[in-house]
Amino acid sequence: MAVLTVEDLHVSVADQPILHGVDLELSAGRVHALMGPNGSGKSTLVMALAGHPSYRVTRGRALLDGEDLLALPPHERARKGLLIAFQYPPEVDGVRLREFLRLACGERCIAFCEFQKAYPQALARLRMDGFDDRELNVGFSGGEKKRAELLQVYLLRPKVALLDEPDSGVDVDALRFIADAIRELAAGGTAVLIVTHYPRVLDHVPPAEVFVLDQGRIVRRGGAELAERIGEEGFEVVRG
Amino acid sequence: MSEKAVAKGLTREFVQRLSGEKGEPRWMREHRLRCLAAFRKLPMPRFGPSLAELNLAELEYYARPVAPVERWEDLPEELRHTFQALGLPEAEQRALAGLGAQVDSEVVYRSILEEVRAQGVVFTSMDKAVREYPWVQDYFMKAIPPEDNKFAALHGAVWSGGTFIWVPRGVEVAIPLQAYYRMQTEAVGQFEHTLIVAEPGSSVHYVEGCSAPRYSRMALHSGMVEIFAKEGSRVRFTTIQNWSKNVYNLNNKRALASAGAAVDWVSGSLGSKVTMLYPTTVLLGEGARTENLSFAFAQEGQWLDGGARALHRAPGTTSRLVSRSVVQGNAKAVFRGTVYVAPDARGAKAHVECSTLLLTPDARTETIPTLNAENDDVELGHEATVGRVSQEALFYLMSRGLSEAEAMTLIVNGFVSPILKEIPVEYTVELRRILEMSLAGGTG
Repeated sequence: MAVLTVEDLHVSVADQPILHGVDLELSAGRVHALMGPNGSGKSTLVMALAGHPSYRVTRGRALLDGEDLLALPPHERARKGLLIAFQYPPEVDGVRLREFLRLACGERCIAFCEFQKAYPQALARLRMDGFDDRELNVGFSGGEKKRAELLQVYLLRPKVALLDEPDSGVDVDALRFIADAIRELAAGGTAVLIVTHYPRVLDHVPPAEVFVLDQGRIVRRGGAELAERIGEEGFEVVRG
Repeated sequence: MSEKAVAKGLTREFVQRLSGEKGEPRWMREHRLRCLAAFRKLPMPRFGPSLAELNLAELEYYARPVAPVERWEDLPEELRHTFQALGLPEAEQRALAGLGAQVDSEVVYRSILEEVRAQGVVFTSMDKAVREYPWVQDYFMKAIPPEDNKFAALHGAVWSGGTFIWVPRGVEVAIPLQAYYRMQTEAVGQFEHTLIVAEPGSSVHYVEGCSAPRYSRMALHSGMVEIFAKEGSRVRFTTIQNWSKNVYNLNNKRALASAGAAVDWVSGSLGSKVTMLYPTTVLLGEGARTENLSFAFAQEGQWLDGGARALHRAPGTTSRLVSRSVVQGNAKAVFRGTVYVAPDARGAKAHVECSTLLLTPDARTETIPTLNAENDDVELGHEATVGRVSQEALFYLMSRGLSEAEAMTLIVNGFVSPILKEIPVEYTVELRRILEMSLAGGTG
């Protein structure tokens, strides 16, 4: 059963059409992959679904549990259970990771005592024990930013997690525990979408379904083997 | 302002009577008259915000609506509730070495921990100190002479109440002493004088807070703070200013730091219609150092004109002036950072850092640094940034489920956190609440 349904989504950025009718469905407890070459519109899809004001939906719809997602402001989308791991999360001066997560968790109705338990576990899972008192993303390396993004999603356990390039800039060891965390997330019932142009992470988290985006349209769908073929032969194989 | 208008409320007779009623020694009466003469001669400030609406002729220069008490319970009910709401009696029990409270012109309550008194620390009202300790004459308005500026002179003529602290040689007061100032009467002028003398090797942290109910007529707060930090002493002075929006807050604060002494000014400015405040440290002795950490939150209709001054007059002295301003509505925040290094102050180091966050299109800010070194063996650093809230950061936080107001509050809190973390936690709770309330009201 699809948790998130995207139908005929058209998105423009600064009046420039980027997506020309995207359809996809994400199911609870499954890992999906959205692949596509650079510039194909992958991040645009993620940002539009998150409600970024610069990404204007000109046609189509997106339903979260049957409810119109696009009518909601960004924070309501998050509260309904849609979370993003950003490709390039911004630095927020003076805001400590812990303080921020406790606030974010408050919005998601995780009780304080539950947070006290879940938070250290999540830190340990993503090997971020030393980051508790750090300012949000400030001075984090590329890989640390990715881990911090996943940490948030992992802790908040959304219905739908859109992970935008969770593996770029990440070393081999980190890739392994990032992959473990993603599998756990799905095992807990989250519908996961891994957005990537490179199938490396998918070797560790085999997707149940792969969507290939090219020039603003989904051009292929398949199983894990599609990701493998792209890994071996490049995106040429899916182009008509 | 014509001399005639001023004379209405502020005459030699008034000043003499004030001094007489307070039972002051002759030196103080003469000092007041000298100040009054200076006040009449000196011009209004020639920079900064307009003071045109401040009608000095209409002010009440002395008001004593409440009689002093020994116990909180004996205060009039309304005032007791006010102090309770501010958490004063509770803080006194929990976290303070001593507490004073002043309403308008007079101190109404004062206490000091027995163990602090036993260390020989004096914590009393300025009025009482003037009567009881003749040597106070050696300090009173010796850091800031009457001729320094018009409002210093006015203060010297009509000052009343305030705090006197003397910390004996080598005594460290472990927890803060605090005073709370309240302006109660409409169109009142409050002119408390705070004098801190820290003997060699001693240390003390003093915190002052303030508030006032809002009236339609303008009121004036013109306090003065003088700190004498002797060899190797440490003095930290924290101010949380939350006057109502009809108050002109024109203060003078200056510290003289002897060799090896450290003076820190920490301040949070939220209230008042107009504030002009430039705490100054004169680094007189070798190796003396000072920090000035301030944050201002200026809202609709306010002009908060602040700054900090460090005057390096001895070798090896250091200063660090850091400011964070948040400006909303059509408000204006100004930071004047002044560093002067004298010819013989070799090896001096100074760092000035000023950042402003503008929340609205109409918000205005100015940074006016003045760095003047008269020798070339100095290290001077200056950074100034002005920015708006990052839309990317705002969206990022919202994408985690925070509403726009919550996200904005978090960003603003983060921006001022380098200063907030220096402020005692009892106050930061209140400060954060004020920020949240203002930001929840929208930023437009």
